Amino acid sequence: MSVPLASTFLQSPSFLDVLYIIAFALFIQGLRGLAGPTSAVRGNRTAAIGMAIAVIATLLQHGEHRWGLIALGIALGAAVGVPAARQVKMTAMPQMVALFNGVGGGAVALISWVEFRRLGSSYGVVTVRDGAFTIASHTAPPTYVAIFSVFAAIVGSVSFWGSNIAFGKLQEIIPGRPISFGSAQQVVNLVLLVLALAAGVDLVAGAHSQLLFIGMLVCAGLLGNAVVLPIGGADMPVVISMLNAFTGLSAAATGVALNNPALIVAGMIVGASGSILTNLMAVAMNRSIPAIVAGGFGGGGAVEGASGAGEHAGTVRSTTAADAAIQLAYANRVMIVPGYGMAVAQAQHAVRELTKALEARQVEVSFAIHPVAGRMPGHMNVLLAEADVPYDQLEEMEEANQEFGRTDVSLVIGANDVTNPAAKNTPSSPIYGMPILEVANSHSVIVIKRSMNPGFAGIENELYYEPETTMLFGDAKSAVSEITAELAQL
Amino acid sequence: MILASVLTTNLAILVLAGFIGFVVISKIPNTLHTPLMSGTNAIHGIVLLGALLLLALPEFGLLFRLDALSEVLLVIAIAFGTINIVGGFLVTDRMLEMFKPKPKARGGDGAQDEPGGEQGPGGKQ
Repeated sequence: MSVPLASTFLQSPSFLDVLYIIAFALFIQGLRGLAGPTSAVRGNRTAAIGMAIAVIATLLQHGEHRWGLIALGIALGAAVGVPAARQVKMTAMPQMVALFNGVGGGAVALISWVEFRRLGSSYGVVTVRDGAFTIASHTAPPTYVAIFSVFAAIVGSVSFWGSNIAFGKLQEIIPGRPISFGSAQQVVNLVLLVLALAAGVDLVAGAHSQLLFIGMLVCAGLLGNAVVLPIGGADMPVVISMLNAFTGLSAAATGVALNNPALIVAGMIVGASGSILTNLMAVAMNRSIPAIVAGGFGGGGAVEGASGAGEHAGTVRSTTAADAAIQLAYANRVMIVPGYGMAVAQAQHAVRELTKALEARQVEVSFAIHPVAGRMPGHMNVLLAEADVPYDQLEEMEEANQEFGRTDVSLVIGANDVTNPAAKNTPSSPIYGMPILEVANSHSVIVIKRSMNPGFAGIENELYYEPETTMLFGDAKSAVSEITAELAQL
Repeated sequence: MILASVLTTNLAILVLAGFIGFVVISKIPNTLHTPLMSGTNAIHGIVLLGALLLLALPEFGLLFRLDALSEVLLVIAIAFGTINIVGGFLVTDRMLEMFKPKPKARGGDGAQDEPGGEQGPGGKQ
């Protein structure tokens, strides 16, 4: 008797609901922890514990669990996810986040598909939440279940394909430059959206056609492709964040359809946070989200950049590591401006060595961090933290811009678009209006760059033609190491 | 009646959760945005629960039986959800480990330290 009693208690709806409540309290507490650099690790682990509790509670639900299939799925997922997460380099983090986001969206779409197949053939309503499956037979499933399932399917599918394209672009499998149908782009997007929605409405209205559902998934998937493909690299962080919010919202919709509070709460929190983050990033770049989604950066940007390339007849002065070392050694104040170039070259540790060498010579060194430097907000902070750069040496954009006036040397390491004065001076430029780091205000500028190729956004940078700017061509890591070596010999 | 109240309860949860999300997250500093995105990204892996629930539906006579296709779809969904959760939390943990203050003297003696590259996070895990 005791065993059934125990299992009855464990499977009682109230107990499982309490577990869910504990789980999402832990999610919220975990996210609060993420608000500070010292509590962040604990915050993330708290959220992970919440997730474990939610999964266990779900497995305790009364029902016929197919343990073999569950184990198979989890084993497959762990076999892919664990090594990927452990081995990925810090520089490839944005693509990894895009990929993880994509599979989440994919899961939502697949679940909705199965949910639709279930709705199509059931004669009763199954309420899963109350542990002991209540069944109201001979009632059609309520319409809202279908509405939320269809919403989740469309958004999940967009998120899956969009994230995969974002991954491909950041991993440079797909060219980072905008790819689009030109002026037909918005029409194509609109048609795909309308087709997906029309199929969705038809399904909600009671059309139980598998083909229609698959057609809707395909349209939404194509829409995901069509939306992300034309977006230039510089806007990619905003896009990933937006897709992250989408996946969260679709998970919340799945939660409503399946009547599961843990899914609703967790999904919605992600939806809200992703929206805030997306908005913050868009504001930092002075771009509106609709403009990004409509492919605003796409066509116009690339053409502008290409024609701009020919205009500059100005001279570019190149320098050597030895000269750069002398310039830096005799400066009072040096501002380092890192960008994606530092990330790809894995130069953060070399940069840290350089700052130490400069500090030993009583040079004041700080870092100017543009909100969208690299490929994600905070990308530079993560890399510099990895290299033990103290938190208080990092200055955010507004702070840094006030400092440039009294900075002797700005050392730009692989940052391009975020320093481009065209954003302030050239109204026709696609990045016009984006706040930039005003490095040109400092007394001199040294730019470390691999070549004169324009940046990810494909726009020429006027900064390189300024008289106070010198260019040190080369891989960021070796260039910085050379400067450090030269410093030691002074 | 009962169904309507289930829906309204869920909608209330939805709205309140949205507000909590806004309030909790608007306090997070710029510098932690990447780990934040990565952490919330892991949390939406909770869709895994959806797949688990659907797999556990009872097989009553009148009710839907999972056919082979549904089972395959759900196994893939479970795998996707697991990748999302496990990968997401691990990656976030790795990133955040780097923000932890490290017990290491710093100051005027900076130049004599060994290159920091040897003691990256990889060695810790």
